[in-house]
Amino acid sequence: MDLSPIWLTLKLAAITTLLLLLVGVPIAWWLSKGRSFFKTLIEAIITMPLVLPPSVLGFYLLLAFSPQHGLGKWLQDSFDVQFVFSFKGLVLASFIYSMPFMIGPIKSALQQLPASLTQASYTLGKSPWQTFKSVLLPNIKPSLLTAIVLTFAHTLGEFGVVLMIGGNIPNVTRVASIAVYDSVERMDYAAANNYSLILFAITFVMVISVFIFNKYQAKSPLE
Amino acid sequence: MIAIAIEKSLKVYQGKRVLKIEHEFAQGSITKIYGPSGAGKTTFLKVIAGLVNAEKGKIVVDGTTWLNTDTGINIAPQKRVPGFVFQDYALFPNMTVLEHLHYATTDTTWINSLLALGKLETLTDHKPIHLSGGQQQRLAILRALAIKPKLLLMDEPFSALDPDMKAELINELKVVFKEIGATVLIVSHNPVELEGLVNGELYISV
Repeated sequence: MDLSPIWLTLKLAAITTLLLLLVGVPIAWWLSKGRSFFKTLIEAIITMPLVLPPSVLGFYLLLAFSPQHGLGKWLQDSFDVQFVFSFKGLVLASFIYSMPFMIGPIKSALQQLPASLTQASYTLGKSPWQTFKSVLLPNIKPSLLTAIVLTFAHTLGEFGVVLMIGGNIPNVTRVASIAVYDSVERMDYAAANNYSLILFAITFVMVISVFIFNKYQAKSPLE
Repeated sequence: MIAIAIEKSLKVYQGKRVLKIEHEFAQGSITKIYGPSGAGKTTFLKVIAGLVNAEKGKIVVDGTTWLNTDTGINIAPQKRVPGFVFQDYALFPNMTVLEHLHYATTDTTWINSLLALGKLETLTDHKPIHLSGGQQQRLAILRALAIKPKLLLMDEPFSALDPDMKAELINELKVVFKEIGATVLIVSHNPVELEGLVNGELYISV
């Protein structure tokens, strides 16, 4: 059995989760502070992948980053970077597609903390960053873990969006979900079953771990 | 001397109401602030701390302007560093008693005196969830005192304390306030609990 789609999937999920953690946490913090039309607009854009068919998102990404025109052409000509049919493209698509799974739970958790925690920290002379690092972030740990696991697990299961922008290139863009589809197409049900079982097992272990870890601290990821 | 003249619009059941307060507090004075629920006592303290913005007004503390809406001066709460005891305590769930005080100050001698003052020496490694309501309230007071504030704003700071503990703590606080030279504003609904502690009153009406 060729395990490269599994490793590629795990690598994609790990990179996507790490990048989203770095970018998503500050965005969630910013979104959690007050309301404005601009914030509502940004939040709607971030939430779109939740409701948009993955193939639609993948199609637009394919158009946007196609090296023949527009942004894709400029990236190709200026920096010799090509997103379409490459692992980089998978990372970009996964980043956009999984964004609501990272930002949503963190933003909600931050909004649920009493405003007086931040205010108390400010009156002790602490900056917004110190307050975030020492007071807010430690108090949303269960939600942070939920967001990380949801993002990772969701990236493992991506199909439409990665197929559109990455295709099915072995060792480059052929992730596990595509390998399942490909195996079924070839009537190789044994291989499809193996890939599916591995994905199922990984996802189940991750989700059950979150439930156990958060048992006494937070709501389940499905609440 | 703390000179305050502010106007802040409040949302009330019938619509909006303007909280208008003009008062001077002498340096080192301890003032009781009282009035009916919804009068704006907590908002008043938060405006002084810089946690809530007033539409109009001026706050001058010992010659330094903290707020002047005419000239656009509005010093951040981090620069004002008032001691603030919140009505809901606002304790940090992730920190132990000791960590709360370490977060506010690095002066370990002062931290030890505060722990003795609040009778929390044996509970230093407890998180707020494992403290009683009275212990939590005392920790909130100690945390505000940890920064040795020149202005201390206390919102119902003794409401969860039993009468003996309250009397003892108030007596000791009197000494501490003098020691750190703090001007203190205390919101209280209890007409007698601050007797012997305060030397001024401010009534806020609806």
